[in-house]
Amino acid sequence: MKSLYKIVALAAVSTLATSCFNKEKPNYQLFPNMYESVAYETYSESSAFKNGKEGQVPAQGSIPRGFKPEEYANTPEGLALAKANLRSPLDSITEGDMAKAKQLYTIYCAVCHGDAGDGKGNLVKREKFLGVPSYAERELTEGGIYHVVTHGLNAMGSHKNQLTQTERWMVTAYVLKLKSEL
Amino acid sequence: MKKVGNHTSFSRILFLCLTFVLTFSTGSFAQDVAKGKELFNANCAACHKLDANSTGPALRGMIDRHPTDWLHKWIKDSSGLIKSGDAAAVKLFNEWNKVPMNSFPNLSDEDIDNIIAYTSEPKPEPTKAVGAAGEAGQGSGGVSEMLVLGGLVLVLAMLVIMLVLVRRVLNKVANQNNLTVQETKSIPVWRAFVKNQFLVLTSVILLMLTGAYFAFGYMMQVGVDQNYEPIQPIHFSHKIHAGENGIDCKYCHSSARTSKTSGIPSMNVCMNCHKNITEFTGSADSTYVDYSKEFYTAEIQKIYDAVGWDPAKQAYTGVEKPVKWVRIHNLPDFVYFNHSQHVSVAGLECQTCHGPVESMEIMRQHSPLTMGWCIECHRETEVNVKDNEYYAKIHEELSKKYGVEKLTAAQLGGLECGKCHY
Repeated sequence: MKSLYKIVALAAVSTLATSCFNKEKPNYQLFPNMYESVAYETYSESSAFKNGKEGQVPAQGSIPRGFKPEEYANTPEGLALAKANLRSPLDSITEGDMAKAKQLYTIYCAVCHGDAGDGKGNLVKREKFLGVPSYAERELTEGGIYHVVTHGLNAMGSHKNQLTQTERWMVTAYVLKLKSEL
Repeated sequence: MKKVGNHTSFSRILFLCLTFVLTFSTGSFAQDVAKGKELFNANCAACHKLDANSTGPALRGMIDRHPTDWLHKWIKDSSGLIKSGDAAAVKLFNEWNKVPMNSFPNLSDEDIDNIIAYTSEPKPEPTKAVGAAGEAGQGSGGVSEMLVLGGLVLVLAMLVIMLVLVRRVLNKVANQNNLTVQETKSIPVWRAFVKNQFLVLTSVILLMLTGAYFAFGYMMQVGVDQNYEPIQPIHFSHKIHAGENGIDCKYCHSSARTSKTSGIPSMNVCMNCHKNITEFTGSADSTYVDYSKEFYTAEIQKIYDAVGWDPAKQAYTGVEKPVKWVRIHNLPDFVYFNHSQHVSVAGLECQTCHGPVESMEIMRQHSPLTMGWCIECHRETEVNVKDNEYYAKIHEELSKKYGVEKLTAAQLGGLECGKCHY
């Protein structure tokens, strides 16, 4: 009987020792003040601002350096005007730029529009998104493409926070290249 | 255990009869519906859904709302119809925020009739069997494992009880036969052990060594969060998004290309797709149904609550509730790490450090993120110096200095303390 108690005690100790590991909690740190930043880190909480976040929206009306406000509004009229009047500021697209544009297109567009621009991306094949047209069926101008990438159209969302203005113009050039090849 | 749909349910029979009758009574009707579906998916589905409002209104039963010839006119040239001052057209245009509908002059009358036929189909009854299968799939692995373990424990317990019983019976038999179990008088084991000094010495050394081994192992894992897998406020499955749907990591984590942090995508990135994808449907070849469809759809609803999106009105309410994601990968404050340097310049795959994220239902930290782990990769990784004219000379000199063809990150200075600690 005595040995039974010992076995039970051993089992209890080993479960206690191993059950401390909880994968839903971070591990403890040796010197937390060496690990945790005194300054605010990206996405950290902060009591200095009303909404309790470190990340703040820029003051209204401020324009980041090197940024040009969009000329055409996010309205059907804006789209029509952009289609007719907006021109790419990129004079010429080098081959290296085209390779980068292709990468960007693959990341941001191909999942719906397809690698060839035929409207048969993976999400369309899996019937998550429907009605994605082939570039061949649409009348496209560079201004129109840029406007749609920036503001979105119908079921397509805006991509202006994922792509900079220059990158959007590069993607526009690549879309026109795809259309010419379709 | 598994719930199976009631195959002989009355509504189903009724539905079957209806399809049967329709198929044979109107000859080409079934053909029309199939064609209509194809046309609908190709032309209309970008803005319209059958049963839910999207950019435009839900189209199921549109024939009950407008006469056929009006629909023909509207689909072929909606803006013309509005300009002509047609009352119904103007009303519809104003109701939907004056967003003009594309005109489809290329659709023939027959095409439009096919589309109308498709949208007039009654809504299919939700099949119960599919939902039940999803629920059964949930946590089935866990249950069977528990069953096996429980069984083993039961068997062990029975063995112990049997041993005790056997011992008792033997003792009884011995007592009855007036036998005394012989207990030889010998010195206890521990006293014999203490007497043997050599044995004591070696066992003490052995004990200290194993103690040191475990103490070292224990101390080395302090501050290391490998396999940390917190519960997030919204159950986001990387397995569905990056794995099954094949969305590029950088679609959502776009700042990994250009900035120090890889970026937790802001909710508007979710809405780029989930404005349109309102419920989880899964698909025939799905291998990822760990939870029920209802569970996933409820998680999508959480996005709408957070950004303040009203799916019925297709408009933002302006009431936002930011999501407090739990940060998983977190380097100590005394280390500098830059994502863009690794993603854009070195061209590493995200999976090199983050592991097979595309197969993770719940995101976890794959790598230890310790200094030894960083150093190992810097020592082994060969840097692509091709087409880098600006640094061509320095690369050449370094190659000569180390006498190697290909330079590793370490040889370019990737082991210098000040590169990461400053």
